[in-house]
Amino acid sequence: MVYKKRLDERKVDELRPMEAKAGVIPNADGSAYFKIGNTVCYAAVYGPRELFPRFLQNPKKGLLRCHYSMMPFSGSGERIRPGGNRRSQEISMVMNSSLEPVMDLSAFPNSVVDVFVDLPQTDAGTRCAAISAAAIALADAGIPMKDMVSSVAVGQVDGTVVADLNYNEEAYLGIVSDIPVAMLHNTKELTLLQMDGEISKEDLIKALEMAKIATERVYEVQKKALKERFSRE
Amino acid sequence: MIVNKETIVQLASVQKRLDNRTLTEYRTPIVIETGISWTAEGSARVRIGDNIVIAGVKLSIEKPYNDTPDEGGIMVNAELLPLSNPEFETGPPGIKAVELARVVDRGIREAKAIDMKKLCIIPGEKAWFISIDIMTINDAGNLFDTAGLAALTALKSAHFPVVDESTGAIDYHQKTKVSLPLVKEPLPVTVYKINGSLLVDPTLEEERAYDARLTVTTDDSKTVSALQKGGTAPLTIDEVGRIVDLASEKAKFLREVLNKALR
Repeated sequence: MVYKKRLDERKVDELRPMEAKAGVIPNADGSAYFKIGNTVCYAAVYGPRELFPRFLQNPKKGLLRCHYSMMPFSGSGERIRPGGNRRSQEISMVMNSSLEPVMDLSAFPNSVVDVFVDLPQTDAGTRCAAISAAAIALADAGIPMKDMVSSVAVGQVDGTVVADLNYNEEAYLGIVSDIPVAMLHNTKELTLLQMDGEISKEDLIKALEMAKIATERVYEVQKKALKERFSRE
Repeated sequence: MIVNKETIVQLASVQKRLDNRTLTEYRTPIVIETGISWTAEGSARVRIGDNIVIAGVKLSIEKPYNDTPDEGGIMVNAELLPLSNPEFETGPPGIKAVELARVVDRGIREAKAIDMKKLCIIPGEKAWFISIDIMTINDAGNLFDTAGLAALTALKSAHFPVVDESTGAIDYHQKTKVSLPLVKEPLPVTVYKINGSLLVDPTLEEERAYDARLTVTTDDSKTVSALQKGGTAPLTIDEVGRIVDLASEKAKFLREVLNKALR
């Protein structure tokens, strides 16, 4: 069994259709809506604002704090109990480390920039969508950033290296690997790299090369959303 | 925008509001969308002015309660997402979220809007249970009415998932064409009392300036199915009568907007 044709007939390096909009939540200092295939997220940025509890404050720079959460009805099976779990805690953490390298929060001592991401529906690739949405929202909030962060998963399904796996591909019978990555637009450095499944070193490098093209497509959608946002005003 | 509470209070006494609406006017646009979450059995996004709320319905099969062995059940949960208002915090639902969920829950449950007996599959063993989750996306005041409208819309748009006849397991990836046994359309309308005047659909600033509020849930026949008074000021019986009249008139208006949007 070789995976030649993708289940949804996409080309190997083709991403699912994307849609992005900045400034969708009026209360927030910055916000975004990001959709890739059937995965949808809202991101809101609040801050820089005073950080409590006080002992977390850093007099040299502000703190970035990401909060990832799936809505109870957003899973593909039963209802998810609200209130977070180990998975959402880990994703919040890796979101933080994916975005932090580009953030310049030196102008905001003792402050926090909170990023909240909530997903009303999901179909794999949620952490990548969350990071891409958060990056748009942070830029929308006008927080200084050195580069843009774009994120998408790459991987390997039964011997074929592909970009942006959906749920059916992740659940494919055979050897599958799912590698969520986040890449900086200018330097092409990786700030998110995780994997589950099995892959050879050759295929891993091939997949990461594919990620360059794939994240660039996400970047174009992010840029367009921000341009539209600021041409409105 | 920093608004003086005094201004709102003074304007109310001469039947005026900061945004030039009349006291009984809802903000515009009222946008109602369904099917915004493919993973839910029913879902809706409702926007009243800048107020945005999402509701999702999930169905599951469970053992009926001992005192109602031939009935299914419903549960309403509300989350005031920190994404939707800088004042909302992460963590378990606070009293505001609990009150919101319970008021929406009572309105639907006590109106007997859902024929619970039709949710029963095998008496004493299996019945459908409905979970409604209300998530705020942008809180611009008047979450009660927006959440109630979103919950009803999500219920109206819901379809049962396919059940595998041999194993009894639910296939959440496939929906049937069967809708929920919804027999009434109750909607909450909250009337606020500010400086002696009664108004609907308050903004966040108006919500900070009210003396008393009364949420009244009414169905198509104007029968009242839930009440919730809030605020520290008292209400006279005469005021309650006027509030119920106004609430059922506005619920009728919202129901018309809803049914037009779904057509």
